[in-house]
Amino acid sequence: MTAGTGLRTRSLSSRSLSRPVIGAAVVGAVAFTFLLFAVTPLQGVADFLVAAAVIVVATVTGLTLAVEGRRRAVDRLATSGALLALVLTLLPLGFTLGYTAYRGASRFTGSFLTHSMAGVGPLSANGGVYHAIIGTLEQVLLASLIAVPLGLLVAIYVTEYGRNIFGTAIRFLIDVMTGIPSIVAGLFVLAFWVLALHKGFSGFAGSLALAILELPIVVRSAEEMIRLVPAALREASYALGVPKWKTILRIVLPTAATGITTGVMLAVARVIGETAPVLLVVGNNNFIHTNPFSGPQASLPLYVFQGAGSSSSLDVDRAWAAALTLILIVVVLYVAARLLTRRNSLARR
Amino acid sequence: MTAVSPGVDAVPLRDARSSRRGDRVFSGLTLTAGALVFALLGAIAIFLVVKALPALQHDKSSFWTTKIWDPDGTGRYGVAALVFGTVLSSLLALVMAVPVALGVAAYTVEYAPRRLGRFLGYLTDMLAAVPSVVYGLWGLFFLLPHLIGTQVFLNRWAGWIPLFGGPHGDVNTFSKSVFGASVILAIMVLPIIAAISREVIGQVDPAQKEAALALGATKWEMLRTAVFPPSRPGIVSAVMLGLGRALGETIAVALVIGNTFDISAHVLTPGGNTIAANIANRFGEAGSIGVSALIASGLVLFVITLLVNLLARYVIYRSGVEERSTAV
Repeated sequence: MTAGTGLRTRSLSSRSLSRPVIGAAVVGAVAFTFLLFAVTPLQGVADFLVAAAVIVVATVTGLTLAVEGRRRAVDRLATSGALLALVLTLLPLGFTLGYTAYRGASRFTGSFLTHSMAGVGPLSANGGVYHAIIGTLEQVLLASLIAVPLGLLVAIYVTEYGRNIFGTAIRFLIDVMTGIPSIVAGLFVLAFWVLALHKGFSGFAGSLALAILELPIVVRSAEEMIRLVPAALREASYALGVPKWKTILRIVLPTAATGITTGVMLAVARVIGETAPVLLVVGNNNFIHTNPFSGPQASLPLYVFQGAGSSSSLDVDRAWAAALTLILIVVVLYVAARLLTRRNSLARR
Repeated sequence: MTAVSPGVDAVPLRDARSSRRGDRVFSGLTLTAGALVFALLGAIAIFLVVKALPALQHDKSSFWTTKIWDPDGTGRYGVAALVFGTVLSSLLALVMAVPVALGVAAYTVEYAPRRLGRFLGYLTDMLAAVPSVVYGLWGLFFLLPHLIGTQVFLNRWAGWIPLFGGPHGDVNTFSKSVFGASVILAIMVLPIIAAISREVIGQVDPAQKEAALALGATKWEMLRTAVFPPSRPGIVSAVMLGLGRALGETIAVALVIGNTFDISAHVLTPGGNTIAANIANRFGEAGSIGVSALIASGLVLFVITLLVNLLARYVIYRSGVEERSTAV
């Protein structure tokens, strides 16, 4: 159907549905669903919502079809579909965050955050995530110490020097790197660091794997921010006789600093919850172990994973509280990054 | 930020030679960093191959067709069931995620008011920020029990389709299955597909949309004729990037899948496995040959995801769309 065929049959005086009529149809459809659930054996909240959604969409579309014609009906169906998709996206978000908060809140106490699992017996409800928080923070910090400088250098090369086939190839490879599964990064560090170099399990091995995952995210965001720096700033610097490297370090990077920080925070938020690499190359530990360079070290994601797989409900409860801790860290990082974006004069579009 | 002043007057003209040296050192440094990216990808491939070889030589059965995983004991193992489960669960996840992702992308860009649309975009991206282990925990203790009703329903009314058929019985027989894993995967790849689609749809020339509306098109007709056709390459690659993510997802799947070794299209019956989930579940008990065998299966996963990603990026690059989403 083309737009033209519809136009001829539709005059300016054709009938159309007003908003109150549509609203009344929706209310009526919901009421009908209630009635249906009252007199038939149908039951359950989820079933009711699904049935109500179907009946509402069918009623509104049918009504539009009868009054306004086929094209309007299809349009209204598409609008309902898009709204439904939005609901289907927000539902899992709300349920994941909400249910984690609900299950984790009871064990989420000061004592939980400040105690490790050292000496906690299988029947004890005590113990906490202090050792795991330390491990996670150390591992992510080390990963960032590797990935951020390296990522910045790569981004600078790609934007400032790499206007050739090599630069294009690196851009392409960085994009491809974003798709490397975290378990593969973990297996690589296992094969290279733990098995080939005989370094053994350590927090640092985990940092290496996390750095591989963090690198492309840092490069992509830094690259975008550097590109946004106005050319006039660079040219002014060159005109004053400042060499290129000093222009980049003193003019370009400081101007893009806010945006780059945002990117780094998002990258950290992405890798802080990575479990697979930590599972393969860091191992686990119930004690406070502050040296990331030797021996297995606990981490928050692994703590959650092992609790989830445990048959003890005490472990499961602790896993929920640890998951809540992890989500809170991620959300704080995420919101802070977004707030920083607002203050970023370059990215404000 | 006063960006221009520092250091500028500290560079008199006679320093020209030293500054040229500075330029060489600095550009060399960035070039090295760039080359390191090449080296890193090469090293990943090489070390996976090297450490997979002992197990491949030790394999007493055919690596590609065996449906057993016992490298340390009988030495018989293969990736047939794993590759099948990985592809099946990922494709099923896409079937569920793609329509919803396109719908929410269209809603945030075209239907919602600008400010609300941006806020909804943040919320959708937030779905990508939730750690996979949290999805696994949530899937195991919340989603799986709540999916049983849907599984019974599908089995009863759509059981004639092989996908939803197979052994069925009372409510208790539905538990860890490919279906549950697919639902979790769908939730996890949805924000990725939605974010890229959102960017691509947002880049459509407004003049095209206005022209369609001026010709009397309804909003849906405008979307269908002016927005979706130019966005198609971007959306296709978004779907493929989502596929790549689903294929490699580990922890969430490891917690909700049955961890069995059979090739069965009945996604509702307990069982199923994926390459990544198998690595996570078997690593703890694996001996030296077992670890090597797991690395060999990881190499297969690496190659599959690499191909999918290369293809996705190729489509994006050829279409000339700028894709810089933070959710990917």
